[in-house]
Amino acid sequence: MGIAFKPDEFKDYFRDETFRDDFTYRNSPEGIKRFPFPFDRDDYMYSVNMEPHVPGRKGSVFEHTFDVDEHYVAEMIDRAKVLADDPLRCQSLPHMTLAGWDLLELIMESKAKEYPQWFSLTKTGNKWHWINRPLGIDQHFTFLDDSTLPYGPFEYITRQTQGDFTLQDERDNDLWMDAGMITSQADWSLDFDIGMSFMEWHAPVPLAHEKGIFDRALKFLLKLQHGAPVRRFNWTMTVNPLLDTSPENYHKWGAMKTSLTPENLGNKMHLRVELQGLFRLPRSNAVAFSIRCYLGKFEELVTIPKWARRLHRVVRDVHPDLAAYKGFLRNRDAMTAWLAQYDDGKPTSPGWWPED
Amino acid sequence: MSGGAKLLVRVAEVVVVNELIKRFRFVSRDGSALPAFSGGAHTVIEMDDNGTRRLNPYSLMSSPQDTSGYEISVRRDDAGRGGSLFLHNHVKAGMEMVLSYPVNLFALDNRAKKHVMIAGGIGITPFIAQMAQLHHFGGKFELHYSARSKALGAYMDHLHERYDSKVNFYFDDEKQTIDLNRILSMQPLGTHLYVCGPKGMINWVLATAGKMGWPEKALHHEEFLAPGTGMPFEVQLAVSKKTITVGTAQSLLEAMEAAGVDAPYLCRGGACGQCETNVISCDGNILHRDHWLSPDEHAAGLKIMPCVSRFEGKSITIDR
Repeated sequence: MGIAFKPDEFKDYFRDETFRDDFTYRNSPEGIKRFPFPFDRDDYMYSVNMEPHVPGRKGSVFEHTFDVDEHYVAEMIDRAKVLADDPLRCQSLPHMTLAGWDLLELIMESKAKEYPQWFSLTKTGNKWHWINRPLGIDQHFTFLDDSTLPYGPFEYITRQTQGDFTLQDERDNDLWMDAGMITSQADWSLDFDIGMSFMEWHAPVPLAHEKGIFDRALKFLLKLQHGAPVRRFNWTMTVNPLLDTSPENYHKWGAMKTSLTPENLGNKMHLRVELQGLFRLPRSNAVAFSIRCYLGKFEELVTIPKWARRLHRVVRDVHPDLAAYKGFLRNRDAMTAWLAQYDDGKPTSPGWWPED
Repeated sequence: MSGGAKLLVRVAEVVVVNELIKRFRFVSRDGSALPAFSGGAHTVIEMDDNGTRRLNPYSLMSSPQDTSGYEISVRRDDAGRGGSLFLHNHVKAGMEMVLSYPVNLFALDNRAKKHVMIAGGIGITPFIAQMAQLHHFGGKFELHYSARSKALGAYMDHLHERYDSKVNFYFDDEKQTIDLNRILSMQPLGTHLYVCGPKGMINWVLATAGKMGWPEKALHHEEFLAPGTGMPFEVQLAVSKKTITVGTAQSLLEAMEAAGVDAPYLCRGGACGQCETNVISCDGNILHRDHWLSPDEHAAGLKIMPCVSRFEGKSITIDR
């Protein structure tokens, strides 16, 4: 498998673009309209903000269980490059293999059902046949038999699925991050966090602990049921369309934060939205956490008048501790000034959809 | 929706296992596969018992790999509120029923080097599914299963045939007891201990292991409480602005549901914590019967678990 995808797969729908070096990533006009803009009002503060992960509006990122968009092939190439440089971005502790099979089953079944033009899964008992046309993969294997796949089940399927993933084992009334595929993260490290409990890996987040948010979130997640997944948004800001903003590579991308000018800000500054999904897995009783990253350039987002007004107000007013934690405090004034050009002061309608 | 996602099933088979136990097999009504599950999981069965809605949890005992159907075993409780009697007397092959998605409050710790299981009576059922799971993946385990008599030792023949010397049986009427001190003294480091059975057995196993220095996190138990019966009582529901009366053989949760109040729940056996409700005012005694709230919380009287707990006294108002 590796990174040798067939180049003609880019022709029709999937964009041939990069998330490094020359940064050719961008959203098509259709891609901008379906961007998961995360602010449903003109201000922002942490909340648990979870809702059932049920199929949403047609064409939106909520339509399918795992959204496959125009960046799919390019993102998978970027992931393969990250893993080639640093194999520890994917780890699974020995007791998490069954949870890996659970996730593989969930993703293969969902994609084959929801995107039959790209994916197919045929089962004869435990003999499975998986076809991934965009990546040129045709795989026969035995379900629940690790020796029949080129990688462990967790790594195998997450090399073919957009978004980072962690698998949480449930023990002692807590969740433990015991597996992960983390190549497009907002500045946190799997190698540091693996094996941690829910409170341990959330310890660096400011303000939310005091509000009791993590106590409530953990209680909620321990009751998460198979068949009733939930989702939430998180967001941050990234200079240049980098998927891999890891602590391991901070020396490569950290300095890019100092490269903004009023002229290049609209192109370089990206709202980074994470659509996070939580799924109880049936065979292992583990909880899968998907962290799907969407990057939207400021100059793309301000083409939607409602989002232009709202993004300006949120960036201007967000608590400085949050701006610092999310890593954009040093650029906040420049971002606010740039966005102010697109805010005519009119009221915005509730909700995150693009219409006024 | 409270209670989570539902499975629409049909009863495929009812088998008499012995004079007290019947086994029920459920398949999906449309012939599709049921969700896979993990050993130790239970399902909540919805029953319409002559106008009374009953929802009781039962451990799944079929193999977690088998998605063609679910099996449970039900011990008849002639003195109970009627859930087991309804299943024994009225549920026949072909009937349509509704199950919850499986929920696991008694999961194996997959890190364990070995699993030691202690079962009493009908408490064998979650272990049957767990052993099937461990057997499939090559996990190490041993079972010690006691029953009142050979005649009431459900599934012993089957288990012996399948797992041979990994399973050990004990009969009360032959004065055989589980030699727990000896068993626990022989386990390798990294062993986890699981117990499911009558309350006395659970307490005995946990206390013995604790005295022998077993780490608390290596001990696992499951006990579903039947809601139990009691004197009728009245409850004010502050949010719904209703006053309801809880009948003798009804739980507070069931009474709220009968009054059209959509209250949260999962296990309905005092174990999972989902139905925890704040008490706004109380002039009387809350009869706490759950094992979710801590002893301090029971004493404080600021919370109640409506699935199993009751009230006696003048008046109680809860935040629902």
